[in-house]
Amino acid sequence: MTKVEPLPLEPLTAAAQPLPVYQIERLSKIYVRNNLTALSEVYLTILKGEFVSVVGTSGCGKSTLLNIMAGLLPPTTGRVVLNGRPVLGPRPDIGMMFQQATLLPWKTTIENIVLPIEIREGRGAAKAARGRAMDLLQLVGLGEFANVYPGELSGGMAQRASICRMLVTDPAMLLLDEPFSALDEFTRDFMNMEFQRICMEREATAFLVTHSLEEAVILSDRIQVMKARPGRIVEDVRISLRRPRTLEMINTREFGEIVAHIRELLGKEAHE
Amino acid sequence: MTDASRLEDEDTVWEEREALIDRIPRWVAMTFLFVVVVGIWDLVTRMGWVSAIILPTPAETLADLIFVGGNLIAGEYMLDALWTTTLTVAYGFLIAAGIGFSLGVLVGETKFGERAVMPYLVAIDTMPKVAFAPLFIAWLGFDIGSKVALAAFIATFPIVVATAAGLYAATDNERMLFKSFGATQLQTLVRLKLPTGLPYIFTGLKIASVGVMAGAITGEFLGGGRGFGALIRQSASQLDTPRVFALILYLSLLGLALYFTVVWMQRYFVFWKKGEKQGGPIG
Repeated sequence: MTKVEPLPLEPLTAAAQPLPVYQIERLSKIYVRNNLTALSEVYLTILKGEFVSVVGTSGCGKSTLLNIMAGLLPPTTGRVVLNGRPVLGPRPDIGMMFQQATLLPWKTTIENIVLPIEIREGRGAAKAARGRAMDLLQLVGLGEFANVYPGELSGGMAQRASICRMLVTDPAMLLLDEPFSALDEFTRDFMNMEFQRICMEREATAFLVTHSLEEAVILSDRIQVMKARPGRIVEDVRISLRRPRTLEMINTREFGEIVAHIRELLGKEAHE
Repeated sequence: MTDASRLEDEDTVWEEREALIDRIPRWVAMTFLFVVVVGIWDLVTRMGWVSAIILPTPAETLADLIFVGGNLIAGEYMLDALWTTTLTVAYGFLIAAGIGFSLGVLVGETKFGERAVMPYLVAIDTMPKVAFAPLFIAWLGFDIGSKVALAAFIATFPIVVATAAGLYAATDNERMLFKSFGATQLQTLVRLKLPTGLPYIFTGLKIASVGVMAGAITGEFLGGGRGFGALIRQSASQLDTPRVFALILYLSLLGLALYFTVVWMQRYFVFWKKGEKQGGPIG
């Protein structure tokens, strides 16, 4: 059942250029209630297959940025465009992951994974998606736990299940809000490597908010360094470490220099 | 003092012993308490410290227990009375559950309910609800209807409060997740907030199951009729205290049956919390 599609004719000049998936221009967010400028003049373009992180001190507006990108918060001014269409609310082509796995305890692992489909398209579609959910569970090594209730999963397993739930709709953009920060350090390292593998396999486009500089550096192609009052991106750090990245890279000089550079950028602010 | 060179041969064993009172097995503890209470009761009546009209002896009470039990098993007039009260309690409980749940959803899910309905509910809840009994009798007569109304009236409020509280129980993360799925308010209510609130709702139902009994019996005290409450009042007016005691004991079986039906339903519907204690020692 292979459908042969004619290759799109691309203009010769734009040959190797990957397409932008997410585009943000002069975005600002002002909370009128306490007259707080959470974001000011943010520009960000994320290309297909890119992994972009944002780091910054607490209160720098990175969570606000993520929530606007997810369509959970309206921007005050600016353009927020995903796949050519403005983001006006939660969308099926966005997959999200939070600090907590947030699996519903009365649904089995696989029922939790097809939940986004059940909500959007109904029980029938959710049932039809079970095969895909099973493949995803296999991908993250949870194949045997499909019919188990989340109460029996460890923290790392629950977070892997929530990766599957994020991927089941095959979203164009993954938005990750400190997804592994509640895990212990060893599990977290392991999850980072797993997540890199999954993203590479699926050529996923991802945007990660994190507190951990090591995590940002090891996962990202680019890191947006944010500062507070008003929340803004002060530097776009490009990470050229070769892929696949390994945990051993953390001990290299190159890695250390990148971390040191970002730490210095943020450290200045802490003293101000 | 032990020889220092022998230390390495010995495991470091901590002996943790529970307090003596906590090491008594349940059946021993229960029997013990029963024997002590009945013993004191027997002593008090045997010595004539308390008049037999006020407190019958345990033996008299046992005799009446057997008599009432025989009457119930034989299917005589006491069984009819118990059946009448059972129906009153069942209808009262179902009506309270239906109205209480609906009002709870209205209060917990809509601003209108929270702002306009809740204050009135709180105002009514602070009134002594038994005082409404004469009104119900005037409106619904001396038949079972007025008793059902009073029972339901008393049992409704805990269910309203518990349901509304249960709807607030979903965490911010869970709400955010449903929002990111583009879930409608109804979907969020049915798929997230109600299941999360079930343990709360069942706690409300347990409180209601106690209240509904009190309401039904009070209604029968005040409005007569053919229920168990009327039997108790009759016996009391004849100063037949052993009979009153016996009837109350059988009545408590009805209360227990209702209470444990709710507990059993909770275990069945809130299956994911099986391992956890849901309400301390009484859960």
